[in-house]
Amino acid sequence: MIYLDNAATTKTAPEVVEAMLPYFTELYGNPSSIYDLAAGSKKAITAGREIIANAIGADINEIYFTAGGSEADNWALVATAEAYAEKGKHIITSKIEHHAILHTCEYLAKRGYEITYLNVDESGVVRLDELEKAIRDDTILISIMFANNEIGTIQPIKEIGEIAKKHGILFHTDAVQAFGQLPINVDEFHIDMMSASGHKLNGPKGIGFCYIRKGLKIRSFIHGGAQERSRRAGTENVPGIVGFGKAVERALSMMTEKARREMELRDYLIDRMLTEIPYTRLNGGRTNRLPNNANFSFEFIEGESLLIMLDMEGICGSSGSACTSGSLDPSHVLLAIGLRHEIAHGSLRLTLSEENTKEEMDIVVDKVKAIVEKLRNMSPLYEDFVKKAGKEI
Amino acid sequence: MYSEKVMDHFSNPRNVGEIEGASGVGTVGNAKCGDIMRIYLDIDENQIIRDCKFKTFGCGAAVATSSMATELVKGKSVQEAMEVTNKAVMEALDGLPPVKVHCSLLAEEAIHAALWDYAQKNGITIEGLQKPKSDIHEGEEDGEEY
Repeated sequence: MIYLDNAATTKTAPEVVEAMLPYFTELYGNPSSIYDLAAGSKKAITAGREIIANAIGADINEIYFTAGGSEADNWALVATAEAYAEKGKHIITSKIEHHAILHTCEYLAKRGYEITYLNVDESGVVRLDELEKAIRDDTILISIMFANNEIGTIQPIKEIGEIAKKHGILFHTDAVQAFGQLPINVDEFHIDMMSASGHKLNGPKGIGFCYIRKGLKIRSFIHGGAQERSRRAGTENVPGIVGFGKAVERALSMMTEKARREMELRDYLIDRMLTEIPYTRLNGGRTNRLPNNANFSFEFIEGESLLIMLDMEGICGSSGSACTSGSLDPSHVLLAIGLRHEIAHGSLRLTLSEENTKEEMDIVVDKVKAIVEKLRNMSPLYEDFVKKAGKEI
Repeated sequence: MYSEKVMDHFSNPRNVGEIEGASGVGTVGNAKCGDIMRIYLDIDENQIIRDCKFKTFGCGAAVATSSMATELVKGKSVQEAMEVTNKAVMEALDGLPPVKVHCSLLAEEAIHAALWDYAQKNGITIEGLQKPKSDIHEGEEDGEEY
């Protein structure tokens, strides 16, 4: 099997699993309990919190564990909206956010909030001039993702943070894809809130965090006990937090080398795809993208067919295609960067890990090439294209 | 997610291709939704479908339903071909996931569009056949706004 869907999820690193195991079987105490067994659990979550706080230049009291990135996104938006409703009800985000942001914005829009969705340029970068223009007296929050999950485009987070700060508006970033892959410092980038997830960086699923800058009046989203400084109730996911901490430690220690390796393979993959398969485009910028992300559109074919055929060859990829999500609409991200519908339907996202090899890239290109040819021979769009081109010649 | 029959017809689609000088051609669907099917019919003087070919842009289910639809109409009279409904295609494929049912509808429409084209060309009426709604006439795609 060749696994190229690391933006969907990653393999839990063996050292992460190992670090977690004792917290299932031996140190299973509830951190809130009073006896000695619980003290071990409490210590473990503090250690995890410390690693994560240090990783982004935050204070230990500014990290709130959640069940994942989506919860952190929901919390950041809904709680800000509620806490700052008196100041205003306008929120700015972008058209290419993850659905955890977009659907939360829709939820808020139904409850009297006004949302501005910023456009992006053809490589998927948010237009800063539009951002400046969109700001109003009643704007309470700007939420822009750190890096896009489909096309890997990295946003000018520092510039956006500066604009937000200049206008006294809170800035949230969904860093689920970027955290662990790119260096992040919340002070340097003027980030007030940030969402991240464990399983995108070889950590366990079901654990994430929301960074909330000290002094913000963000209230609880999950009500109950006094965990997470009374802002997020529920017995802590101790093994998850331990694993997340270990994964972050691991990701930080290898970040530069991992990125270098992945970028080399990614660029090799992109070069071969673009030169060897006609009518293929790379979605997103050539260099301004996550080290492990490649996203292609193959004209005249549809993404799900391509994915199933790749799966038959033991290759795991993903698509922004309608069919994979069960909806009829193609990827909102690909439409936002200006792709026509039928081209947006034929996309393939391949996201690497440090374990992939050049040989694997060669196999993938060869297989994709053959499958694309097979599907094009089956495609009425390609037939029309060839006939039209024939007429013109 | 798909039945074995769907997977079989997807990975080894029957009757892919074009028919030169076909008796009837029908193209249905739209690129916006990600499905376009084109069916070619070769019909003899006794109104028997001698051959049937297809080309499809679409997901696994779209390819499989097209393939099965061509198999089902081959050798049938045009009137019998009218009985190849989306239900018949789905049953022959041992079912489709709910979100993919529209693919089988598209396959039925593609056959109807090809039969309609044949009927128009030959000035005949086929009982129960109406002009398919999502029929794409030649040249129409160019003017369509994507």
